[in-house]
Amino acid sequence: MGNEFHSLFYSFHFYLFGLIAIASALLFVTRKSPVAAAMWLVNVMFCLAALYVMLDAQFIGAIQVIVYAGAIMVVFLFVVMLLNLGYGDAITDLRGNAGRLTAGFVGLALLAEVMVLARAEFPAQLTPKAAAAAARIDGPAGVIGPVAAPLFKEYLLAFELTSILLLTAIVGAVVIGKKRNPSDAR
Amino acid sequence: MLAESLALSALLFTIGVIGVLTRRNAIILFMCVELMLNAVNLSFVALSKLYGATGQVFVVFVMTVAAAEAAVGLAIIIAIFRHRQSVNLDDINLLKG
Repeated sequence: MGNEFHSLFYSFHFYLFGLIAIASALLFVTRKSPVAAAMWLVNVMFCLAALYVMLDAQFIGAIQVIVYAGAIMVVFLFVVMLLNLGYGDAITDLRGNAGRLTAGFVGLALLAEVMVLARAEFPAQLTPKAAAAAARIDGPAGVIGPVAAPLFKEYLLAFELTSILLLTAIVGAVVIGKKRNPSDAR
Repeated sequence: MLAESLALSALLFTIGVIGVLTRRNAIILFMCVELMLNAVNLSFVALSKLYGATGQVFVVFVMTVAAAEAAVGLAIIIAIFRHRQSVNLDDINLLKG
């Protein structure tokens, strides 16, 4: 019975995150303001990170949050701010007092959820594979080992080439984005 | 969950393509490309559960390329904005005959 319950629990959350991702993606392509669009895209990326963790790719889930939601989207928002394209009045989807109430309620609900989950003991039938998973994560290779081994053996050349790619991108971005001095013009 | 993951990935990719085809704001266009890359990453991760962790290695590479692409692409957008005072693709028609 434990496994069935676990599988139901798993499927429910898989579909939940999948549906939130689809809804956020649809809202993302329909927003007028680039800032609102970027926020919905961040939501899609967080849902995908949750799905990665559920698909046993914990490391990818972590770098999804750090690199994509954390770094790349900040670059996008920074450019929107730099070019002043935000459409200030169209930024938020929740306007007025009703919007503020909804936002406050959702924030408090999430805070309560974190507090409850931090001290909760999960019933055994929810986590039948927990011991095996913990052993795998705490094992000698951990969850990063299976990703790191091919990265530094089979794909070492490609891995080193990405560093050149990143260096080229940094230099290229600086050169292209640099303001031209009018006195430099020939 | 493999079939569901691949279906979700296809759906997100389609939404990204629709965004690229219908939106005219260059920055949102770039974000749609990021969404498409994310959808492909989901396929990689879902299939890596079946065929081993190599798929996850490719996700790392895709993220690197996405970061480089975002940096260079946004620099180009800034350069275009200096010339045209706009990021609307309808205003950027210098190459048109």
